[in-house]
Amino acid sequence: LSIVPLSFAERSNLAGVQHILLVLSGKGGVGKSTISTELALALQHAGKKVGILDVDLCGPSIPRMLKVQGKGVHQCDSGWVPVFVDQDKSISLMSIGFLLEKPDDAVVWRGPKKNALIKQFISDVTWGELDFLIVDTPPGTSDEHISTVESLRQYMPLGAVLVTTPQAVSIGDVRRELTFCKKTGLRVIGIVENMSGFVCPHCLECTNIFSKGGGEELARHARVPFLGCVPLDPQLAQCLEEGRDFIREFPKSSAFPALAHIAQQILDRTSSQSS
Amino acid sequence: MAELPGCPGPSSAQAGPAAACQGCPNQGLCASGGPAALDPAVAEIKEKMEIVKHKILVLSGKGGVGKSTFSAHLAHGLAEDETKQVALLDIDICGPSIPKIMGIEGEQVHQSGSGWSPVYVEDNLSVMSVGFLLSGPDDAVIWRGPKKNGMIKQFLRDVDWGEIDYLIVDTPPGTSDEHLSIVQYLNSTHVDGAVIITTPQEVSLQDVRKEISFCHKVKLPIIGVVENMSGFVCPKCKIETQIFPPTTGGAEKMCQNLNISLLGKVPLDPRIGKSCDQGQSFFSEIPESPATLSYRHIIQRIQEYCGLHHTEEKLSN
Ligand SMILES: Nc1ncnc2c1ncn2[C@@H]1O[C@H](COP(=O)(O)OP(=O)(O)OP(=O)(O)O)[C@@H](O)[C@H]1O
Ligand SMILES: Nc1ncnc2c1ncn2[C@@H]1O[C@H](COP(=O)(O)OP(=O)(O)OP(=O)(O)O)[C@@H](O)[C@H]1O
Ligand SMILES: [Mg+2]
Ligand SMILES: [Mg+2]
Ligand SMILES: [Zn+2]
Repeated sequence: LSIVPLSFAERSNLAGVQHILLVLSGKGGVGKSTISTELALALQHAGKKVGILDVDLCGPSIPRMLKVQGKGVHQCDSGWVPVFVDQDKSISLMSIGFLLEKPDDAVVWRGPKKNALIKQFISDVTWGELDFLIVDTPPGTSDEHISTVESLRQYMPLGAVLVTTPQAVSIGDVRRELTFCKKTGLRVIGIVENMSGFVCPHCLECTNIFSKGGGEELARHARVPFLGCVPLDPQLAQCLEEGRDFIREFPKSSAFPALAHIAQQILDRTSSQSS
Repeated sequence: MAELPGCPGPSSAQAGPAAACQGCPNQGLCASGGPAALDPAVAEIKEKMEIVKHKILVLSGKGGVGKSTFSAHLAHGLAEDETKQVALLDIDICGPSIPKIMGIEGEQVHQSGSGWSPVYVEDNLSVMSVGFLLSGPDDAVIWRGPKKNGMIKQFLRDVDWGEIDYLIVDTPPGTSDEHLSIVQYLNSTHVDGAVIITTPQEVSLQDVRKEISFCHKVKLPIIGVVENMSGFVCPKCKIETQIFPPTTGGAEKMCQNLNISLLGKVPLDPRIGKSCDQGQSFFSEIPESPATLSYRHIIQRIQEYCGLHHTEEKLSN
């Protein structure tokens, strides 16, 4: 993995990006990458051009979720060309996954090196014109988060979508993430409660495997918008494994309405803002 | 001390300025030259940790797979033997879950002449976490690497653990500062190995393979892999659904390919999450459940591994 410093382009590579949103959670494995992916697909189906920046350097998930693992990024005069997911080039992605020689290589880096790459990801990727840039993050409130928020500040991001699962162990970490948003001046677009309830496909009995309601309660307590509950849906997990477009293929599944509703709220918010 | 990936070694001319040195606790020392230019804390930690009989790290490349749940219940399980002293150290500095899972949230750490005293859950089970140092549930630890490393150093050097048989270390996901620091600080003492937690789907396994590469790189032995959240049996119709589908053969296939042991599989059970939220051990809440039985079997295998390697080492000495 080599990082070649690029000469600065005249115009910032983010100048053509309308709205930047971050997907955050203090807790691991709650579905940040899942929400980032499905949000990108839903916005794409609404006719938007979307970029995804994956700043999870030790555990990048998005390349697989969009079935572009193994692709490479190219350099051009003004920077790195992201990987296009579809023929229309309506979703583009930048991830450290594209820079590794072998997929199982571990990125054993301390903070400063991670910070340097994130800064480069933010300044040197040639996104072109985008309606949305979605930033997927690792869990926590450390180097990746501080560097991302600091480097994006001048571009005035729309805000952060916070993802949690319903149980208290997760809510505790997301409360701390809310404090991070407050301290860094990052607006909270809202909270998503993911993996909220599981409906048995055989008998339709609903079991709250990871409890229920914690995310909604946290949103009320913290006075931030609640964006909705996404149930545990094996079809969603399966699609992400295979890099299939869940939003297009499974409109009748249990997770679909919730995911579509989250995307719609973001669209409403940006249309009211720009009009 | 074994070299870490990318570490040019303290005697190299690159020591200090090399890319891999950025953020390393030894950077200043290495850069200033000097033959034995190592953090003096390493020697102090070595002395302190030498009396700990067994050290086990709980790792995963993937978030939310159950590292903290496993660490906590491994500690509970080992502490059932009253003759053993068990310590649980949480080095997830930005997202400490252990205080809640152990039912000791809001407890404080006290300073004594011999260091910080850990929080005791039982007479033979003590816990240390950054969670005990926070002022409240909304308090965030917004720290970059070097500060996190400093905290880990303090946990190892300044906590008055007493004589312990087992030290279990719960980690955040990934292969970064926390992981490098714990390995670096424990490097001069004997570490039994790492237990790696995963869930069955490839999205998780692809990160776990990176964690295994990390273990190989830093020469950390792998005790084995636990597959958590494998399958859910509906309480009503008793039919099992693979919520997180093992599309590439799950942990079993990965372990075969990489030639490491699969310690066991633990199913999804809503009562596990509930017990964790209430700070209780699910061993006592659901003693006869498949999850508890599987956990007990895994703990037994870890005890056997540690016992075996302990006697081997004694014999070779
Ligand atoms: N609503 C859901 N129903 C079923 N499976 C889900 C759901 N949300 C996420 N998953 C699955 O759970 C796993 C974890 O999700 P994901 O990787 O998106 O979490 P994350 O927060 O990005 O994790 P990390 O902290 O490791 O980055 C993935 O395998 C994903 O497919
Ligand atoms: N087998 C299981 N069945 C049901 N719930 C489980 C199971 N294992 C763990 N959980 C729950 O899943 C959640 C995630 O587990 P845990 O916090 O231990 O993961 P982790 O790997 O430590 O996460 P992080 O990466 O954020 O540190 C917790 O709420 C826990 O109670
Ligand atoms: Mg992720
Ligand atoms: Mg944890
Ligand atoms: Zn059923």
